[in-house]
Amino acid sequence: MSYEVIGITVLWLFLYGYLIVASVDFGAGFFSYYSKRTKKDHMIHPIIQRYLSPVWEVTNVFLVFFFIGIVGFFPETAYYYGTALLVPGSIAIILLAIRGSYYAFATYGAKESNFYNFLYGATGLLIPASLTTVLTISEGGYITVENGNVELLYGELFGSLYSWGVVALAIVSVLFISASFLSYYAARAKDETALKLLRTYALTWAFPSIGMGIIVFFLLGGRNPEHFAGMLDLWWMFAISTAAFATAFTLILKKRNYGIAFIMVMIQYFAAFFAYGASHLPYLLYPYLTIYDGFTNEAMATALIIAFIAGLLLLVPSLYLLMRLFLFDADYVEGRK
Amino acid sequence: MFFENDPVLLSRILTYLTLGFHAIFATIGVGIPIMIAIAEWMGIKRNDPHYTLLARRWARGFVITVAIGVVTGTAMGLQLSLLWPNFMQAAGHTIGLPMFMEVFAFFFEAIFLGIYLYTWDRFKSKMRHFLLVIPIVIGATASAFFITTVNAFMNAPQGFEIVNGVVTNVNPIEAMFNPATPTKISHVIITCYLTAAFVLGAIAAVKILRGNKSVYHRKALHMTMVAGAVFAVGTAVIGDLSGKYLHEYQPEKLAAAEWHFETETEAPLILGGIINEDNEISYALEIPYALSILAGGTPDTEVIGLNEFPEEDLPPLFVHYFFDLMVFIGMYLAAVSTLFVVMNWKKTWNAFNKPLLIMVAAGGPLAIVAMESGWIFAEVGRQPWILNGIMRTSEGATTSGQVGLMLILFALLYTVLAVTCIGVLRKMFKRNPVEREMYKREIQNYEVK
Repeated sequence: MSYEVIGITVLWLFLYGYLIVASVDFGAGFFSYYSKRTKKDHMIHPIIQRYLSPVWEVTNVFLVFFFIGIVGFFPETAYYYGTALLVPGSIAIILLAIRGSYYAFATYGAKESNFYNFLYGATGLLIPASLTTVLTISEGGYITVENGNVELLYGELFGSLYSWGVVALAIVSVLFISASFLSYYAARAKDETALKLLRTYALTWAFPSIGMGIIVFFLLGGRNPEHFAGMLDLWWMFAISTAAFATAFTLILKKRNYGIAFIMVMIQYFAAFFAYGASHLPYLLYPYLTIYDGFTNEAMATALIIAFIAGLLLLVPSLYLLMRLFLFDADYVEGRK
Repeated sequence: MFFENDPVLLSRILTYLTLGFHAIFATIGVGIPIMIAIAEWMGIKRNDPHYTLLARRWARGFVITVAIGVVTGTAMGLQLSLLWPNFMQAAGHTIGLPMFMEVFAFFFEAIFLGIYLYTWDRFKSKMRHFLLVIPIVIGATASAFFITTVNAFMNAPQGFEIVNGVVTNVNPIEAMFNPATPTKISHVIITCYLTAAFVLGAIAAVKILRGNKSVYHRKALHMTMVAGAVFAVGTAVIGDLSGKYLHEYQPEKLAAAEWHFETETEAPLILGGIINEDNEISYALEIPYALSILAGGTPDTEVIGLNEFPEEDLPPLFVHYFFDLMVFIGMYLAAVSTLFVVMNWKKTWNAFNKPLLIMVAAGGPLAIVAMESGWIFAEVGRQPWILNGIMRTSEGATTSGQVGLMLILFALLYTVLAVTCIGVLRKMFKRNPVEREMYKREIQNYEVK
């Protein structure tokens, strides 16, 4: 494998990691708020809080990792994406800032506040929508480059069916991933009432998520035929994704093995996300930037990969400790600690 | 709009705003873990529940500031690419490594902070819980270390060559450990510790001033002031080394800080004063030979003056005010903490007298002011360069026309965050005063007469 491919694979892994952990977090915020509105919050709020409190900060790091990593491996992206994404990027930062700090304010500081709860719930759906702009514009046709000036075409962005399709896909996926994880967590906590509600949420959002996935798949065909052809070559990965979805859905429906069901959901998104990413290569930004012309020098690439391996040696045991204490510790999950 | 729509100027203002706001939370974020660690350690070693409670309460307030530190840090990280795309495109080739490693350090800290906060009563051995704070201290300090090497690189770029406008022959390690790195990181880290010690000391001092007689606050004050005195002495030593670094590598910055125009030996140090448009200085206090001694250690050191540099390469002269402010406050903090420690050590003297308490209380906010002044001096003092001697600030900025609108949005965001942060912290500690917590945990509350 060339350095370029290693680089983009590492980054894609982190983006996938963010997709999963952030979805759980964003969805939890929405369910927490929605259940409050429907006066069911006492059923799921403690479960959500018990899971999120120790890990919310870690979630953020996955994102930071991705955007610092991409500038490290592919400095050229800073120029294209940086210039084009000033507005959507800034909006995403502001939403993330509000969400992160108000989560801490509400959890560690002030009493329950409806307003905090609303912010937490609403940003949970707006952030994924604003972050998907990056994926959308990477398909090409949404920015112009003239005399070295990069500009985002807002009319094109807001007027295209594809960009709205991606936004919808992001939102329903967040809700589905989150509900299936929280169902698993509630099952582990032996919290029957929470499980019942969360299971309903998971089943509700299952079909919209796979449906949107298929719709966006075909919308992309109209947007970027070259990329679409690449995706068709990797059809078997999308088949794995669909099969994993079917397994997950069946398990949740039959009220069995929520853990395996969540792993299936992870496989569903892993396969689809990697197939999407792999078929997009070599382009980082179609048609301006490929992983080859945007790559950093060799010395930096080696240094980054060494740092990455050393970092993983430090992080994996720490993450394992975190999960053992808060995810796999029956006493903690059941609320006895 | 008050400004013409100039993306370079607006990008600079937005960056100042984000960094200036982030710096407050970042500084105490690096400094407070070590104070928590010391307090928890003392609690275990002396078997004194007051110190353990101190660590516990500090940790609780700390999370709130960490949250804002994290979100503003995320903002800064992204804004680097959004506002300075051309700079990041060029610099990404050389400083990708320390930025990447900073995220690792932050990750490491985030994991253990989550564990630390939720395991206070979970382990049988107190020592095991104490061990969890060590990765937080290491992570916090390491992220300050890595990100400061990036800033040091911007002051003293090295570790690459430019051939026909293309960055080649990159050596990431050489770029990280540039001449500015040793003094910069040691100064940043120790002043973070110093600021945190004074911020926490100021809280205790205010409590005692308001008539609280609990021994808890007295222990807090004593502990923070001992730490503060040690860190202040360290700061002074490193500050002196920073002067010598500037003399050797960025003489125009030192000259601008000191309004030093003519190259000469036996150069005097200028304290305070005002400068007019013709560069005439009035109301200043001159200390003979001091600048030469600061720069090279001997009075006959030749200090390069501003007149040696072309005008377009000079930083603005107002940096002198920020430089002086930083140095004055640094001295003040050293004096106050040392005085407190000495008075407390002499059993017959009362260190808890009102004037001294007021001075300690003022030290908290002043330490923050000094930190901000130091950063303004360091950053504005390197203008007009974004990469000293290599890339002008104007060449690094975005060309987007919407920076002005973003500036307004972010200013609003930071205002709201600041206001809520203060409100939440006040509410948190008012609703759960230390006396009540001591009662609940069955800790004896000794009152001092």
